Amino acid sequence: MAEVKKVKGWRDVAIGGLVEPGTSEQYNTGSWRTYRPVWHADRCIHCLQCWAFCPDSSIVVKDEKFSGFDYYHCKGCGLCAKMCPVKGEKAITMILETEAAKAEKK
Amino acid sequence: MSTTAVSKGAGSKFTPHEIMGLSGNEAAAEALKQVNPDVAAVFPITPQTELMHKFAEYVANGAVDTELINVESEHSAMSATVGASAAGARAVTATSANGLALMWEIVAIASSLRLPIVMPVVNRAISGPLNIHCDHSDTMGCRDLGWIQLYSEDSQEAYDNMIQAFRIAEDKSVMLPVMVTFDGFIISHTMERVEIIADDGVVRKFVGEYKPENYLLNAQHPVTYGPLDLPDWLFEHKRQEVQGFLNAPEVIKKVGREYGQITGRSYDLLENYRMDDAELAVVALGSTAGTAKAAIDELRDEGVKAGLVKIRCFRPFPGKELCATLGRCKAVSVMDRSFSFGLEGGPVFNEIRGAAYGAGLKVPMVSHIYGIGGRDINVTQIRGIFEGLKKLASGGRIETVENYVGLRE
Repeated sequence: MAEVKKVKGWRDVAIGGLVEPGTSEQYNTGSWRTYRPVWHADRCIHCLQCWAFCPDSSIVVKDEKFSGFDYYHCKGCGLCAKMCPVKGEKAITMILETEAAKAEKK
Repeated sequence: MSTTAVSKGAGSKFTPHEIMGLSGNEAAAEALKQVNPDVAAVFPITPQTELMHKFAEYVANGAVDTELINVESEHSAMSATVGASAAGARAVTATSANGLALMWEIVAIASSLRLPIVMPVVNRAISGPLNIHCDHSDTMGCRDLGWIQLYSEDSQEAYDNMIQAFRIAEDKSVMLPVMVTFDGFIISHTMERVEIIADDGVVRKFVGEYKPENYLLNAQHPVTYGPLDLPDWLFEHKRQEVQGFLNAPEVIKKVGREYGQITGRSYDLLENYRMDDAELAVVALGSTAGTAKAAIDELRDEGVKAGLVKIRCFRPFPGKELCATLGRCKAVSVMDRSFSFGLEGGPVFNEIRGAAYGAGLKVPMVSHIYGIGGRDINVTQIRGIFEGLKKLASGGRIETVENYVGLRE
């Protein structure tokens, strides 16, 4: 998961507006999110359908198992929750960012 | 064209040279031939046409390996040059006046992308009404577009500046495009004695192999040139451009010194002519500097302490150096070969007066605008300017800041 970095000054970047590859990694697209995906460990079967469908490579996998979200890049599209094949209550659900923020404050 | 390979005296420390009879255009083309750039995008415009015409002969004869691109306009010429330079090539083009105006948009893009393009600009009046002869309205008009500007006094300087321009542009601390200017017809079409470095290899060694750091054709390290640069970044990129200009004077002087070690002709930002004890001075650039020297020689013979400061490098502007010299004078005239409409005095005058304020100079300073649209300027007229300076130096008032030389009233 990329760390939140200080915005660079004029001395720190290539001259002439030249862009090197992979700069989107530094871009905090997580700030665009309205809904946040939340993982429920007890229901997860580690099929990794979420990982396969995530358009922003924001499902973090460790030892072939789901291990978390990259909230720095996750835009909250909800595809992971939609694709989760678990019957009944899914292993990934979407909650409003505002609700998540309130819960974090408590 | 008769040529003789000579060295400057027996056991000369300078590289052997050939003396040639060349016009300014031919001299610049000769320099380009010796540098052997990778790409040249060419489009004809008077009075530059002959320059790239001559260079095209070198391409056709196999004297250079350059890829010559015939384009359909100057906008395309500069676009092709930018593309070639971004791709990793040492790229050149050339133009004059309205051609420069048509490529305007891409002229600014070339500098903002920090592409070390070299472009001779043969000075000609910007239309209209239509005029094909020399003044500086074309290059003065784009003085804020981020190009280094070197002005040449004669064909020799056009040749010398062309060779040095590559080293200056491509210096890693500079990375800015360079315009080498010389006066249309007065220099471009006048045959003069020019010393050419006899061995092309010496020129190519001086200029060095072009090794771009980031370029589009580098598959190992792909980059994007010219992306959208919104309010969060453009300011920073412009500040970087400023740094290129802050670094440029030292590089221009260093390259000028090294060039002198090879040829015996050293270059600086300015040339001070008989300025050591001068009380009255004119500032000029381009071919008029030569005319002014002739006038000053006459005045010196008559006991008048007259001198000239010739600006070779107009961008970056050598304000401190100018003030250090002009501060010792009693009266100064700045000669401009173009107008800055709506502003009192020509562009060079206003920049010098601005620098003078910062340096605390009290010397009376006037603007003389001359030579518009190729109007002749002669020794007698420049002597006339010094007559006016004499009055100012002895306590006379500045009646008009903007004065005209050679205008029919």
